[in-house]
Amino acid sequence: MIKLDSITKSFKVAKRSTGLLQATKALFYREHTIVEALNDISFTINPGEIVGYIGPNGAGKSTTIKIMSGILVPDGGKCSIMGFTPWKNRVEYVKNIGVVFGQRSQLWWDVPVIDSFELLKDIYNVPTQEYKKTLDLLIETLELKDIINSPVRQLSLGQRMRCEIAASLIHNPQILFLDEPTIGLDAVSKIAVRQFIKTINQEKGVTVVLTTHDMNDIEALANRVILIGKGSLLYDGKLEELRKRFGTHKTITADYRKNTISIDIPGTTILHWTPEHAVLSIDTEQILTSDVITQLSNKVDLIDVTIESQPIEDIIVQLYKEFKI
Amino acid sequence: MKVYASVLKLRLLIGMQYRSAALAGVATQFFWGFISIMVFEAFYEFTAVTPPISLKELITYIWLQQAFLAFIMLWFRDNELFDLITSGNIAYELCRPTDLYGFWFAKLLAQRLSSALLRCYPILLVAFFLPKPYNMTLPPNVITFILFVITLLLGLLLLVAISMFLYISVFVTLSPMGSLLIFGVLGEFFAGLIIPIPLMPLWLQKIAYVLPFRWTADFPFRVYSGHIAQSDAIIGVFIQLGYLLGLLWLGKLALNSVLKRVVVQGG
Repeated sequence: MIKLDSITKSFKVAKRSTGLLQATKALFYREHTIVEALNDISFTINPGEIVGYIGPNGAGKSTTIKIMSGILVPDGGKCSIMGFTPWKNRVEYVKNIGVVFGQRSQLWWDVPVIDSFELLKDIYNVPTQEYKKTLDLLIETLELKDIINSPVRQLSLGQRMRCEIAASLIHNPQILFLDEPTIGLDAVSKIAVRQFIKTINQEKGVTVVLTTHDMNDIEALANRVILIGKGSLLYDGKLEELRKRFGTHKTITADYRKNTISIDIPGTTILHWTPEHAVLSIDTEQILTSDVITQLSNKVDLIDVTIESQPIEDIIVQLYKEFKI
Repeated sequence: MKVYASVLKLRLLIGMQYRSAALAGVATQFFWGFISIMVFEAFYEFTAVTPPISLKELITYIWLQQAFLAFIMLWFRDNELFDLITSGNIAYELCRPTDLYGFWFAKLLAQRLSSALLRCYPILLVAFFLPKPYNMTLPPNVITFILFVITLLLGLLLLVAISMFLYISVFVTLSPMGSLLIFGVLGEFFAGLIIPIPLMPLWLQKIAYVLPFRWTADFPFRVYSGHIAQSDAIIGVFIQLGYLLGLLWLGKLALNSVLKRVVVQGG
């Protein structure tokens, strides 16, 4: 469905240091640096997948999305999406995709949301019958009923974002690119958006590529993640694999009756200790969690135990460190 | 075609939301119209030679100018398009399965049409019933009127084609102010909006007649008053068409070339 083959893109960025003198100098001569935004990016995405596209700020996520939606022309490499080259057959191609840029807006500011939808219906030439059906589904799943008749400028960010997503789906695209769709949303709106993405993926088989900084989005939605940093592809695979490879630590919190003897167990480190409470970090490559609990219960009189996996956020931070990005 | 019709519809809806703006516009245009007429009246009273355009024709010229301001003013701009370009929201426009030139042309046309539709009636209506010599007069005959409508609409299309270059230039400069000023001042002057072209010195008239701007305003208004003969008006329609086709072609070419280089910055 989507196939990228060694895509590269670099930007020329004008540079100058601060100060009046430097600014004057820049009037006559400007220094440029070449920034490699994307370097040899290749991946394939199959129909019906939800792929999380992650990486730190400035990694090249949005650039990739822009190339895939035909807005940017890469310097080199091949890209074939549904048989189209996005930047070459732009008009033909974009009928099949929906794009949400979380930081931008496609709705007409001054008129009720529904008017923008009607215009999009005509732009994409959607038959009235089909439009009605899609609209009903969108209104229901994204809870737009109360806001669809208000002008866009009166909507809150979360409400607007739900409308933006709906607007990108009026024409029933087969591929949906979401560039930070949950940016700035509260917990309730985030969950609504996630739920919705899941629904259209399952019911309509829409292929979704989403970039985000919220790892909960990825955990809730994507079974596959692609990680890029400084323009290079670093990891492409299942989220579980990532967790197995990098998330080898678990945390045990134990409460027990007052006890002063040491609870030092090989393969664990004590993060916190009081006579009645301890927090241990386990390296699961050295010792099984069940063994730790057995050893603990031999040493102390346990009252309560909680086991936590390493949060995905931590894994990502660790990953970024490991790849030095 | 359907797309263009619904852009127009949406524009009209937006226009109607701002009723007080329309009313204020009408008031300003009346004020401006009176001032211009009075200034010219004063000049005409003390002139020694016979002016190249009669006061009656001139007054009609000025009222038409005020009524169809949205059709003829280059500074009458769509800030939304400028914002699209400078803020990067153009990313969305590029994801639409439409030809961008046509889509924007429709948007601009719709904006001018909706604005003029809301404002021209009250001005024209009142201008007809004003006391002499300030009143507007009917065209000499029906054919002249038909010719006027044709030339006015062609003029509108021509103006939109010219203004497209303004928007295209923003892709390069990223700020609309410079192009607006240059296009606005030169365009308005050579369209005869500051001094009607027949009142310009001969050498300046020659320049104005070569440039496309006068075909948007000066020409249709003088066709209306009968100052331009019908036979000349028909020739003029063909010149308008020629300019229109040429500018459309150039504009499309220019837009496609800037789009190739466009980079939507930021996340």
